[in-house]
This record gives sequence, C-alpha cells and structure tokens, in this order.
Amino acid sequence: MVNLIWLIPLIPLMGAAVLLTLGRMMPKAAIQLLAPGTILAAFLLSLGAVMESGGKSQEVILYEWLPKVDWGFLLDPLSSVMILIVTGIGFLIHVYAVGYMNHEGGYYRFFGYMNLFVFFMLTLVLANNYVLLFAGWEGVGLASYLLIGFYFSKKSAGDAAKKAFLFNRVGDAGFILGMFGVASLTHGSLAFRDLHGLTAGPVVTAAAALLFLGATGKSAQLPLFVWLPDAMEGPTPVSALIHAATMVTAGVYMVARSNAIYILAPEVSFAIAVTGALTAIVAASIALVQTDIKRVLAYSTVSQLGFMFMAAGVGAYWVAVFHLMTHAFFKSLLFLGAGSVIHSLNGEQDIRRMGGLRKEMPITFWTMAIASLSIAGVPLLAGFFSKDEILFFTFLSAKSVFAVGLVTAFLTAFYMSRMMFLTFLGEKRNHAHAHESPLVMTVPLMILAVGSVVSGWIGGPLERWLEPVLHTPHAPEEGGLKYLVMGFSVVAAGAGILLARYFYISRPELPAQARIAFGPFTKLADNKWYFDDLYDALFVHGLGMKGGALLGSFDRQFVDGGINGAGLITRFASHLSIWFDTWIVDGLVRLTGLVTKAAGYPVRMAQTGYVQSYAMWIIAAAAAALGLFWVR
Amino acid sequence: MSGDTFFFYAFSALALLGGLGTVLLRNAVHCALALMTSLLGVAGLYLLQGAEFLFAVQIVLYIGGIMVLFLFVIMLVNLDQASKLQQFGRQTPIALVVALAAVAAIFSMLSKSAVLLPASVSLTPLTGGNTETVANVLFTDYLLPFELVSILLLVAVVGSVMMAGKRTE
Amino acid sequence: MITINHYMAVSAALLLIGTVGVMTRRNIVVILMSIELILNAVNVNLIAFSKYHNQVTGQVFAIFVIAVAVAEAAVGLGVLIAMFRNKGTVQADEVDLLKW
Repeated sequence: MVNLIWLIPLIPLMGAAVLLTLGRMMPKAAIQLLAPGTILAAFLLSLGAVMESGGKSQEVILYEWLPKVDWGFLLDPLSSVMILIVTGIGFLIHVYAVGYMNHEGGYYRFFGYMNLFVFFMLTLVLANNYVLLFAGWEGVGLASYLLIGFYFSKKSAGDAAKKAFLFNRVGDAGFILGMFGVASLTHGSLAFRDLHGLTAGPVVTAAAALLFLGATGKSAQLPLFVWLPDAMEGPTPVSALIHAATMVTAGVYMVARSNAIYILAPEVSFAIAVTGALTAIVAASIALVQTDIKRVLAYSTVSQLGFMFMAAGVGAYWVAVFHLMTHAFFKSLLFLGAGSVIHSLNGEQDIRRMGGLRKEMPITFWTMAIASLSIAGVPLLAGFFSKDEILFFTFLSAKSVFAVGLVTAFLTAFYMSRMMFLTFLGEKRNHAHAHESPLVMTVPLMILAVGSVVSGWIGGPLERWLEPVLHTPHAPEEGGLKYLVMGFSVVAAGAGILLARYFYISRPELPAQARIAFGPFTKLADNKWYFDDLYDALFVHGLGMKGGALLGSFDRQFVDGGINGAGLITRFASHLSIWFDTWIVDGLVRLTGLVTKAAGYPVRMAQTGYVQSYAMWIIAAAAAALGLFWVR
Repeated sequence: MSGDTFFFYAFSALALLGGLGTVLLRNAVHCALALMTSLLGVAGLYLLQGAEFLFAVQIVLYIGGIMVLFLFVIMLVNLDQASKLQQFGRQTPIALVVALAAVAAIFSMLSKSAVLLPASVSLTPLTGGNTETVANVLFTDYLLPFELVSILLLVAVVGSVMMAGKRTE
Repeated sequence: MITINHYMAVSAALLLIGTVGVMTRRNIVVILMSIELILNAVNVNLIAFSKYHNQVTGQVFAIFVIAVAVAEAAVGLGVLIAMFRNKGTVQADEVDLLKW
C-alpha cells in the first residue's frame, strides 16, 4: 500500500479532470457523488498507507524530474499527519459543500477546483523535495485564487483573488531564493533527506530566513497577512478548507519540514517566534472589532497561525504540528458553522444583525460552542492542550513571547465569546426565518465537534510519533512549572469569556462606551493597524503611481526620442525598400507572369471544353502516328 | 459469283449503310433502328467467318440488350426537341478531314506490301464445334481476364445506378 | 474470292463512319451509338484474323470487347441521364465546364 501513495494525489486530480472537462454535462447527483468520493478514496488510501508504514519513513520515487530532483513522494510521520488532516477534513468539508452549494450556480466548477486543490495540497505535503513541494505550493495558490474568485461577477471577489495571488507572489520570491540557498548547500539536491548533516553558516541562515519569508506569504503572517481576511470573499467551504484547515498551514508544515535548517539558525528561529507573537496579538486585536462573522474567524486564523509559528520559532516543532491539527478541526468547524448560520439567514454575515439563533439552530450552536471553547482554551478541549504546550515551551525559552501569547490567549477567548454571544444569544435582531441546516451539513459539523474535543488528547502519542523526523526539545520532567503555565492559561481563558459575558450579555451598552474609552486603540484596530493603507501608500500610490509618473517622463523624453529617431530611419529605409519592391521585385514577378501568360495563350485556345474536340484531337493524333509509321 | 461472295457483299452493305444511317439520320429513334441494321450486318459477317457463338452473342446481347437500353434512354430523356435542332457541330468540316486522313493512313498502311496479307492461307477447319472451342479457350487460358471483366461489369452497373438514380435527400 | 483484305476494308469503312459520327454529331445518344459502331469495326477485324490464323483467340477477344461495350454503354447512358436531369440538355457542345 505504501508503494501506492502516488495514487493519493492522483485520485483527486482525476476527479478534478473529469469535473472540469465533462462536469457541465454531468447530472448534479453524479457530481455530488464523485467530488466527495475521490477525497474519501484518497482518505482511505492514506489511512491504509499510514497504518502499514507504522511511522517509518518511506520514499516512492516515480521518476527523475530534473537533474538530481526526483518526482518522488515521501511518507513519514509528518506527512502522514498532514495527509490524514487534508483528506479527512477535506472529505467532511466536501460533504458539507454538497449541501451548502446546492443552490449555487457553477456546481461542477466549484467541486472541480476543490478536487484540484486537494490534489495540489497532497502533492505539497507528500513531496520528498523542495521543488515538488513548491509545485504543490504554487498549485494550492492557484486553486485558492480560483476559489476566492469563484463569484467572479463580483468585483470584490476578483480583487480579493488578485490580492491573495500577489501577496503570495512576494512570499514565493523568498521561497525560490531560499531554495537556491538550500541547493547550494546540498550540492544541487533539494531532497529533504539531504538536509541532515549541514553545518551552521551564513548561507544556512540566509536560506532559513528566505524560506520563512515564503511561509509568511502562504501562512498570512506579518507583514503579508492582509490577503487572508479579504479571501473570505470565496464560498464558506473554501474558507474552511483552504483558508483555515490546510493551505494556510502549509507554511507551518514547511518550517517544520525544514527543522534541520532552522536548528542551525537560532537567530532566524527567534525572529520566527517574534513574528508569530506579533502576528498573533495584532490579528487578535483586529478580530475584537470585526463585525463580519467570517472576518472574525479569518483574523482568528491569522492569530492562531501566529501561535503555530511561535511554537516553531522556539524549536517545539511537534507542538506546532499539534496545534496545526487541533486548529484544523476547530477552525474548520467554526467556519462551517458560520456558513450554516449565513446559509440560514440568506447570506447575512454581520453579527450585529444576528442574535438569538440558539433556539432555531441547536446543532449549529452546540457544535460551534464546543469549537469556540476549544479555541478559547477551556480545559479538556483540544485547543487547551495544544495552546498550553505552546505557552509552556515559549515560557521556557522566551519570556517576552510567552507574555504576548498569554495576552493573545485572553483576547482570543474574548473575541470568540463575543462572536458566539452576538450570534446565538441575546434577543433576535434579524427577522429572516432562520432554520437548522440539512443533515448533509450538520453531520460533518458533529464529526468535527468530536474531533475538536478528542484531538487534543493525543499530544503525548503525537510527540513520540513525530520524534523520528522532528527535532524535539527536552522539557523539564517536573510538572510544577507546567501546571503554573496551565494555570495562567486557564485564568486568561476564563477571564476572556467572563468579560465577554459581562460586556455582551449583562451590560449590552458597555461595548460602545469601551470603544470611546479606548479611542486610539479602537481606531487602530478598526483600520487593521493601517497595513492595507501602508501598502496602498507605499506600493499602489508610491511605487505604482509616482513611480509610474517618473517612468512616464523618462518614457517621453528618452525612450520616445530614441523611438522617434529609429522611426525616422526606418521610414527612410522603408521608402527605399518600397521603391525597390515596386520596380524591381514586382517588375520581375509581373514579367514572369506575363511571359507565362503569353506562352500559355495559344495553348489555351486548344482547351475548348467540348468533349468532341478532345475526341478529334485523339483521332488526329492516331492518324499522325499511323502516318509516321507509313513514312518510315 | 459464289454464295460466300454474295453474302459478304450483302452483309457488308447492310453494315455500312446502317452505319451511315446511324450517323446521318435526324431522329434518334431512327438512328437506333439504323444501328440495329448495321449490327445485324456485322452479325452476318461473323457467321460468314464461322464464328457462330459470336453471331448468337451479337444478336442476343447487342441487338436484344444494348439497343433496348438505348431506346429506353431515348424515351426517358425525350429527344423530340433535340431532333429539331442543328444535328452537326461547328467542327464538322475539320472532323471530316481528320477522319479521312485517319482512314487514308490506315489504307496506305494496308496497301504497303509488307503489311498486305496474302490472299490465300490454307484454312484447316478447327476440330469440334465453334462454341465448344471458344469455351475451352475462354475458361482455361483467359479465365483471369474473364473474371476481371465480370468485376468491370459489376462496377459499371453500380456506377450507372449511382449516376442515374434519384438523389434521395 | 473474299480475302482478309476485304474484311479489313469493311472494318476500316465502319471505323470511318463511327469516328465521323463521334466527332460531328451533337446529340450524345447518337455519339454513344457511333462508339458502338467503332467497337463493331474492331470486332469485324478480330473475327477476320481469328479465321485467318485458324485460332479462336480472336473470338475470345471479341467477347471481351462486347463486354466492355456493354459496360461503356451502361455508364455512358447513366451519365447522360444525370446530365439531362441537371442541365436539361443532351447536346454535347452545350457543356464546356472543362474550358480553360
């Protein structure tokens, strides 16, 4: 079965090929079966392969793609975890999308792109070298672009798709340069197996930093995070699959995969931790004031990705993967729940116009409540364990990062509770007839809810499972310190939830007052810390327009002058050429034609077109032949 | 004048006069009847030369088959109007010259001593009947050409049906 | 005494009549009949030489000529009908699609 792992990405690819070429003609029921079916097949195949491999690393090399670079797949503990997340959660989201997209146009296109995305994502995580990983990396970017712009008739969707693509390009430039660095270190080979045994040096540090730049683009970290909230223009299942559970975590996966490099570059690792921490708190602060339910979740995703990078930055790679996994469960659940709410309110996304939906949508409410408590860090739920591990390891190595993380945990609990309270509790602020979603949507919610609880309990086994491939820090054995950090974390979560309850349930007039009281901060958060305006001023207006004006004047003065001069010379030359053409070349051509015509004229006369004249020619020729015989 | 000589001239006259009628008459039906006369004369010539089988073939196939086909087509395309038109084309004078030149060439060639055959050749009669002998040669030495000709006929039948048949669209 | 030369003279005369018909008549039906005359002229020759050489091969050839004549007549008349249906004429000099 391990030898068949190349089938795992291939099955969704075939699904995508069928859907995108023949999908228009296929009945809806066939698409509904085919699209989730391919992912289920990939999931079952992955499950079989992982169970058979038993945690050993195995490579399947299909063929040599480029010199020293194979088209090969690597099944090791890390990619095992990733393919199970991608196919497992991907399958649930496909099933959910069957219900969610039921009334939308372009059904086949949506599922074709989704299958295509899964193919690229599986290529990314199964790749045994950086080049193939990069191919998948670009492929998921493409699928993301297509799906963000799925409602292409909406200008905002098209703009968001372009924005996502461009910001990813910036990161990808770093990734490519980083790959060059790696190639120079390993003598042209980019395979992961050749990363071990490197020694620290400036090239390693540079490669590590550049690869991390790539990760900040794909995983929406400071300063390139601004595309992810806009990416919410896509359909909600897309947000759940691509912009919460899988694609945006590719950066974390890549850093974990490159841990052999990052261990040799402690400065870069520290920078990663700091970047993660800053991203976490900045995004969390913006999430506090968002009113669009999907944008709250988008900023929450950015913030949680920051947590993962904090963990990766302090060297606790398995913790980053652990949080990646738990986050995949509860954040995709939150997105799907939000989609369920939006679906039942006919497209309403503003949480200020929701409220009181708990009665109408009990399943959505309870499952989302579990996910919110999980992400907030309430004990015994998945998010608690993974976040606690992150805080613990940051506490051990970088106290400042720990402090930021703790504040962010508090903010996380606050904004998630705010979202839940405004959406499901309180009085109704929307008169649309809300209804619970159909089973095809709620069953995936329930399964993910179970995952959001139990996925946190396997921290210990996961650490041992990942130990062969990831550098694992030595944690102090005694539990006192751990319980202290746990205490902090629980207090932060509890305080956040209770404060949100006080603000939004007990004293609903308080939030407006608080907005005024914290005036400057509110303004900062409302404007997303002015990142978009900064890019606008720097690149769109600065480089784009002023640079454009500068280029324009250069164009007029120098380039145009040269072009005009060249044009004059060309004109003169062309006049000469025309004269030559008219009198010499054309003359010769006409002469040839004339001679041929004149020669042909008498012969043409013989061609009368009457059969009898041809018969006469035949008989005349026969007579002539006989005459010749007689003469001789 | 022996019987042979008389019949030779009689049949030759029939053939040549019939041929002239075919070429000169105005009405196509008359032309066909004149052609039939000419073919009858030729058939007589076959008989004189001891080719009884060909004589029968000439009568049955030519006069009975092909001529009926001609008459059929004449009915089908309704040549009444055509018989009122000018019958000879513009190139008639030149054509006559060419034809005469050709025949002159033939006669001049025949009249050369080397080609002109001696009048008397010892004619030993063939054993057996004429039909039996022809059949023997046709189905032994010339079997392959015989089969090829049958294919030619098949192709001709299919082709003429294709061309003459109505377009069903 | 009737010799082979007599037969050849008759054959040549028949050929002359046939060729004149083919070259001069405007009616295609008559042209086809003239072709039959030419073929018969050939047959007369073949039979005469068959007798002269005391062999039946000439007669076998005459049979083949008759078969070809049948095929020619069938196809020619088919063409004629098709032409009459499409152009409404049976005059040979009213069709000159082959002209330069």
